[in-house]
Amino acid sequence: MNGDMSGGAGLHHVGDGGMTRRAGLQPGHAYMRYHPKWYRRRMSVWWWLQKGSYAQFVLRELTSVAVAFFAFIFLWQVWALGQGPQAYAHVVARLGTPLAVVLSVVGFVLVLYHTVTWFNLAPAAMVVRVSGRRVPGWMVAAANYAAWVLLSAVVAWFFLGANQ
Amino acid sequence: MNERLTPFLWLLFSAGGTVAALLFPVHVFLVALAFPLGALPAPSYEALHGLVQHPLVRIYIFVLISLPLFHWAHRFRYTLYDGLQLYHLTNLIAVLCYGAALAGTAATAYVLLTLTR
Repeated sequence: MNGDMSGGAGLHHVGDGGMTRRAGLQPGHAYMRYHPKWYRRRMSVWWWLQKGSYAQFVLRELTSVAVAFFAFIFLWQVWALGQGPQAYAHVVARLGTPLAVVLSVVGFVLVLYHTVTWFNLAPAAMVVRVSGRRVPGWMVAAANYAAWVLLSAVVAWFFLGANQ
Repeated sequence: MNERLTPFLWLLFSAGGTVAALLFPVHVFLVALAFPLGALPAPSYEALHGLVQHPLVRIYIFVLISLPLFHWAHRFRYTLYDGLQLYHLTNLIAVLCYGAALAGTAATAYVLLTLTR
């Protein structure tokens, strides 16, 4: 690019994170800010539907909505425990309504999708070394799945054994 | 976003994602499906109320709710940012997402600290 492109209207307020680079080669030429915007093709807001892997990525990111939804449900239930038996029974009854069950089933599937994608990515995010050698990725993932089974059993034991 | 805050927020995202991956499936299955539908014998109010009297159980519940909220904040923020291309709203989105997670964390702490009856 050369200095002739300095006539753009929005030139000096484009947020480029402070990145600048030398624009011209002539001695004494003024520095010009780097504008990545000029080199980008406009992308559709629906870019993530163009390819299966993109859609999977966005679905994975949207599992976080289910996570937040259930965090709120748990908080609601714990709050009800402090309000007394009637409030608690009310929450359980509300969770059994058709709409809540449908939301819970969809959310449960999304949470499972989060779990599986999270564990399968764990080997890439976490490099484990034992005596200098890298532990194979499938072992890291397997350790995560084993921890999942173990912790799920402990939680279930607490819930199901609470009456005794 | 503040350069010094970013690694900390990523740590919360990562920790929250791990907590959600390990513990949410079993909690969701029991609390939101099996117990309300009567598929498994639900614990009584008294039993659960007794369980949450223990400080360790309260700390567990706090971690179970608050960290995944930050996980949500991080992912949802970037989904809005990339998915809907809301580049000009990046600061507002960050404040709203992490603010909601902070509010949820504060509410959880309040509920757990005042849960005495």
